[in-house]
Amino acid sequence: MANPRTKLIAITAKDAGLVGCTRCTAVWPLEQTRCGRCKAPLQSRDERSLSRVWAWWWAGLLFYIPANIYPMLITRTLLQEQESTIIGGAIDIALHGDIAVAAIIIIASVVIPLAKFVAIAFLAISSRRGTRVPGQQRHLLYEAVEFIGRWSMIDVFVVAITSALVQLNVVASVTPGPAAIAFALSVIFTMLSAQSFDSRMIWDQIEGDERA
Amino acid sequence: MIDTTDLIACPTCDALWRVAEPKEGERAVCGRCHTVLRAPKEGEATRITALALTVAILLVGTMFLPFLHISVRGFSNDSSIVDAALAFSEGLTTPLVVATVAMVLLIPLSRALLLLYVVAPIALTGRPRRGAATAYRWSEDLKPWSMAEIFILGCAVALVKVTTLATVVFGSAFWLFSILVIITVFQDGFLSRWSIWQTLEQN
Ligand SMILES: [Zn+2]
Ligand SMILES: [Zn+2]
Repeated sequence: MANPRTKLIAITAKDAGLVGCTRCTAVWPLEQTRCGRCKAPLQSRDERSLSRVWAWWWAGLLFYIPANIYPMLITRTLLQEQESTIIGGAIDIALHGDIAVAAIIIIASVVIPLAKFVAIAFLAISSRRGTRVPGQQRHLLYEAVEFIGRWSMIDVFVVAITSALVQLNVVASVTPGPAAIAFALSVIFTMLSAQSFDSRMIWDQIEGDERA
Repeated sequence: MIDTTDLIACPTCDALWRVAEPKEGERAVCGRCHTVLRAPKEGEATRITALALTVAILLVGTMFLPFLHISVRGFSNDSSIVDAALAFSEGLTTPLVVATVAMVLLIPLSRALLLLYVVAPIALTGRPRRGAATAYRWSEDLKPWSMAEIFILGCAVALVKVTTLATVVFGSAFWLFSILVIITVFQDGFLSRWSIWQTLEQN
């Protein structure tokens, strides 16, 4: 241990018959239900965590499908009306020569959400069934999901900004399509899914394996 | 029965540690998952108060100053975020704009104000106000939903998208907004959650 001022008392608070507050790190007797310092609810292991993770996960996936099928943006000029989906819009931008911007949209709207669905499913399944992937790596994966997942919202903002901008002139009108709402909800639901995951379960599994 | 007062349970992996209070600039890190457990900083209440106040003022400025200047074939228009949001009335645009304004302006503003309510009294008098713990809990819960930095990148992408339709230039509010995003990053860096919880508990 790098820091000599820190001393391991027990592998987990749970093993010591105690419960730790995940918000402020205070430690309490197992039977206490509310943290005496920050008033957050205490739970040694959140038993219902996984069912909440899956409920939000399915809701997110369900909305991700229409988000990709329906138009994200509807552009009307005097001459024509054009509907573009997430991927169609990115291809349009790429054809205009802005490869970097097209890449941002594809990464934020397709790669990150899909990777996030896979990552959360993997974390949830492996915390129950076990895995060979070390806890340190799964922990990094969990942090990445929490940190990067929010960035998917970028295309929703782009749609809002674009329609606000073009609203202000008479030559063209740009309105959001149903996919914009579906996509925003999908991002919100997957964020809630990731937040529902009790990260302590990543480590419980490893300790279980080591003891076995 | 173990005395639990100087014990720390790692919030990420539940490892149970006994930690001597680290000195200024030192960090106590969980040996199992490397989560930072304690990282005290000198004078942080004053510094966070100043930063949160700046963020709140910049956010209000961002709302009403011109954010974008748009021009198309002789028509031109300065638009603040509030102008743009109020210009909408139809269909799906309304929920989208409400959600955007909430995540980009209202939630960051609420966070700054809640944080001020928590740390300003500590900085001035050394004692927290009533309800400070609740306010701090709310400000932490709001954090993932505050998406100002994502909005900045969204502005850049949107600008590229509309270049074929109109000429768009950033206004003063955009630059204020960029500054406040940077300040927020610093503010979150200075914030030591555990020091705040400890201060709140002692009073
Ligand atoms: Zn607590
Ligand atoms: Zn840990």
